[in-house]
Amino acid sequence: MEEPLLNTPLVDYHVALGARMAPFAGWNMPVQYSEGILAEHRHCRTAAALFDICHMGEFRVAGPQAAADLDRILARPVLDQAINTCRYNFLLNEHAGVLDDLIVYRFAEDEFFLVVNAGPRLHDAAWIQERLSPSTSFEDESDAIAKLDLQGPQSAAVLAELGLPIDRQPAYYRFLTLTLWGLPLLISRTGYTGERGFELYFPAAAAGQVWETILETPGVKPAGLGARDTLRLEMGFPLYGHEMDETITPVEAGFGAMLKLEKPREFIGSEVLRDPVRGRPRRRLFGFRLDSRRAARHGAAILVDGKQIGVVTSGAVAPSLDIAVAMGYVDAAFDLKPGDAVGLDAGKTVLSATVASTPFYTAGTARA
Amino acid sequence: MKYYAETHEWVEIVDGIATVGITEFAAEELGDLTYVEMPAIGAVFEAGAVFGSVESVKAASDIYAPLAGKVCEINDALETNPEVLNEAAEGEGWICRFSDVDQSGLSKLMSREDYLKSIGK
Repeated sequence: MEEPLLNTPLVDYHVALGARMAPFAGWNMPVQYSEGILAEHRHCRTAAALFDICHMGEFRVAGPQAAADLDRILARPVLDQAINTCRYNFLLNEHAGVLDDLIVYRFAEDEFFLVVNAGPRLHDAAWIQERLSPSTSFEDESDAIAKLDLQGPQSAAVLAELGLPIDRQPAYYRFLTLTLWGLPLLISRTGYTGERGFELYFPAAAAGQVWETILETPGVKPAGLGARDTLRLEMGFPLYGHEMDETITPVEAGFGAMLKLEKPREFIGSEVLRDPVRGRPRRRLFGFRLDSRRAARHGAAILVDGKQIGVVTSGAVAPSLDIAVAMGYVDAAFDLKPGDAVGLDAGKTVLSATVASTPFYTAGTARA
Repeated sequence: MKYYAETHEWVEIVDGIATVGITEFAAEELGDLTYVEMPAIGAVFEAGAVFGSVESVKAASDIYAPLAGKVCEINDALETNPEVLNEAAEGEGWICRFSDVDQSGLSKLMSREDYLKSIGK
């Protein structure tokens, strides 16, 4: 039996704005508002877009052993992470397959906040809890916390207009906690669009108030998961369930250089990743630029000389580039280089594409 | 006068030439259209055959010939401006024209009124 879809605290606001709602990872989410995906995408690249991301999960992990526990449970180091910084990380199984990709926030020496994907959240929670020391506490705070993403080159000016001056705003991949609009707020300079932007966390009961406050600011428009997907695709960012799942290692997904595999650090999956046989990538993630706006979709075969060498994991038109792009895994036996020609099987026809480096879109303001 | 297919295409015959497109309802449902796959000029289709497709940001959908005929013209403007389909699907956003049309197939199509009823409008 299908579980009923979950609603975020903002569902009535989305419906009132004319959003088209669709299921995503068990949630009833806005795919687009009345202006449509292309307009929302462009607005995020040029001004500021507000996304309801309340479906994602938040865990609080604390205790004297919390840092050491997380350092052992997650693929990238946690022990050396500075307070008030964010770090992109991976939860791996013993085979080094990705159970989830997440962001770790370090509140204090002994206190962390983990932001995880909606789909794997419950499994993540059980997996992590089973592996913590007895002295480490774990709270799944997802239901009590709202998350809104404010993204776009004007997002800093919008926050300034709303009472957080630019000189107090966190730097890239840093965060701060403060009281604003009468609420306890966590604001990080992070996002999933490639633009300068912030992720805001606060009590779920205030979701409507914060949503309206930000949307009333000139220059801000709502954007749905459709634009979120084309924005992240233009940046070559992985989407869990497409570019990553429990059969794919972070090395295969292109994050090998981010992992510190040198001994003596041990983490779940490290043994496999260090093993020259078991840890050898079986496939590699590549980006592809198509010749037109015609897209290759998830599941399309990647062909060279009519022979399948891989499979597309994401594909759509890239609105900023006015051509379609795709990402997909290619068997490690094939050494592709940017510019190499491939075919992408679209059913009735094979679309021409070339291997491209990512990000596809290089004018993003995320670090500006 | 336009006739409508259950599969959300429209057709209008003027001087024996049938202009074909997708309905405003279909264009609205698909969302922002980004690519139109056109048939080759001279290609012959049976009624109900797939003669092209339209792609939105999220998905691709086939387009079916509402009547049998032979493609005699395509709307080149859609190749560079597929968004015309979202703005005027039943006008400037026509997709192609057919000659040698089998007009007996019109009896299987709907009037505008019946089509709108069928989509609950």
